[in-house]
Amino acid sequence: MGDVLAVVEQRGGQPRGVANEVVAAARLVAEGLGGATHALALGGDGLAGAVGSLASYGADRILVGEGAGLARFQPDAHAEVVSRVAGAGYDAVVFCATAQGKDLAPRVAARLGVPLATDVTGIDVTSGGLQVIRPVYAGKAFARVGFRASPALFSIRPNVFPPRQVPGAGEVQSVDASHAEPAARLIEFREAGSGTLDVAEATIVVSGGRGMKDPENWHLLEDLRDAIGDGAGMGASRAVVDAGWRPHAEQVGQTGKTVAPKLYVAVGISGAIQHLAGMRTAGTIVAINKDADAPIFQVADYGVVGDLFEVLPRLTGAIRELKAGG
Amino acid sequence: MNIVVCLKRVPDTETRVRIDAEGTGIETDGVKYVMSPYDEFALEGALRAREAAGTGEVALVTLGDAASGETLRQGLAMGADRAVLLDGTVTPDGLATAKAIAAEIEGVDAPLVLLGVKAADDDQQQVGPMLAVVLGRPCATGVVEFAVEGAVVRCERETEGGTEVLELPLPAVLTITKGAYEPRYASLKGIMAAKKKPLEQKSAIAVEPGLVVERLELPPDRPPGRVVGEGPEAVPELVRLLREEAKVL
Repeated sequence: MGDVLAVVEQRGGQPRGVANEVVAAARLVAEGLGGATHALALGGDGLAGAVGSLASYGADRILVGEGAGLARFQPDAHAEVVSRVAGAGYDAVVFCATAQGKDLAPRVAARLGVPLATDVTGIDVTSGGLQVIRPVYAGKAFARVGFRASPALFSIRPNVFPPRQVPGAGEVQSVDASHAEPAARLIEFREAGSGTLDVAEATIVVSGGRGMKDPENWHLLEDLRDAIGDGAGMGASRAVVDAGWRPHAEQVGQTGKTVAPKLYVAVGISGAIQHLAGMRTAGTIVAINKDADAPIFQVADYGVVGDLFEVLPRLTGAIRELKAGG
Repeated sequence: MNIVVCLKRVPDTETRVRIDAEGTGIETDGVKYVMSPYDEFALEGALRAREAAGTGEVALVTLGDAASGETLRQGLAMGADRAVLLDGTVTPDGLATAKAIAAEIEGVDAPLVLLGVKAADDDQQQVGPMLAVVLGRPCATGVVEFAVEGAVVRCERETEGGTEVLELPLPAVLTITKGAYEPRYASLKGIMAAKKKPLEQKSAIAVEPGLVVERLELPPDRPPGRVVGEGPEAVPELVRLLREEAKVL
């Protein structure tokens, strides 16, 4: 009893970075409930050889489902296999609230006939049972939620639960990966530019607003993002998405994504209430804006009042120098 | 081509949230309510699909209290043909909501059911795919554009890394996100016509929620902002602070 299942994602046959966060969150729950932590990964043939690293992050057992139909994320196929494993006696099942996890977890929950809490930012197993804390109204408030059904299913927000190295060697074990042929057929996949990192998963977000003046000026933000390097993603305010300057996938705020990176750089963003809700849990907030009265400065740890077209290149240059200097 | 669109009435996204006396919900006094923005995209998509097909009806379904009738009227004014208000309590348990909606939709001849990808209040992002499982229909989430082609619906969705084009056999459930469907404004004629369109109110089936909000709190205040300086001259100090104080570079 008290065992917890971490459902982890792989891409290209390797566990994704967020996988270790899911295992860490699952282990928090398992330690509180006095059970073991198992990780479940689904993918194409050969995955079993790539998931061993999950053991050093706290998975006591690593379950692997391999099959040609699972190499690519197919919601129904994955949901069928995950439900079969998750329904076999776990007290809690943890997903990651990535785009894929948000698609998968509700299907598993409905198949198991249990509720689901999405985008969890806090876990409490001290008060007798399991309670989780999750943002509502895009982060304008936080709800402490209790489960009245078992297993308790929830997905964690990326960048909130730090991976923990735990000594131990969980064994890899294969599970029944059979599934029905999915009804949905993939007709075409058009790859986006390489290196794009989802804004909800980025550990550093560079975000632009109306103050950028023209979509042609975005290279200034891309330069900054590239100077920062690994883990940096691009965000945007609702105004520039509505104007068609940037894709909706980058929108931060109540009708976009809620993000919790360690650093959020808001450039030319005034800070409408629905934008602030979406990024106020960032570790450190930097604002660059020419309007000293902009609301963004009220939440910014570090503000620079000035012309972003002068400040941005200087900032990019300084960070490049810093990185070059090691 | 009959289409059902599921809607939710939510506080306007500009709302400043205050916690109520019980500490488990928000103070609703003075709050302006709107149709959840993603549901507007779904409704717009439905209206265009019906226009393309040339026949069929667009029916609206919501779970909520009597005030949700106002949101349904707004949808009727945009062009939907009829609406059903399932009178019941909305809880954080999306599966309970999905079951209540499924009980209504099961008996309706509508090959396509559309929802917003998520509601702008609880952000659970789950009712659509849950409804699909309960109904036993395939589901695509986060669809930016779709087209019905004979017995299938072709959907475009933005995923991490690119754009997917999927084909689902009908009947199917789609959740819609911002993309091709900028919602239309209700015309004066539409608003007048909406008053005469059927809006049926019935009790929702009772589903015991499996998720309960024990407490609702405002986020902790961030320390007051600090302006490092003005113009590009402030950059060296900013970088120093990011590196030495915040330790994020």
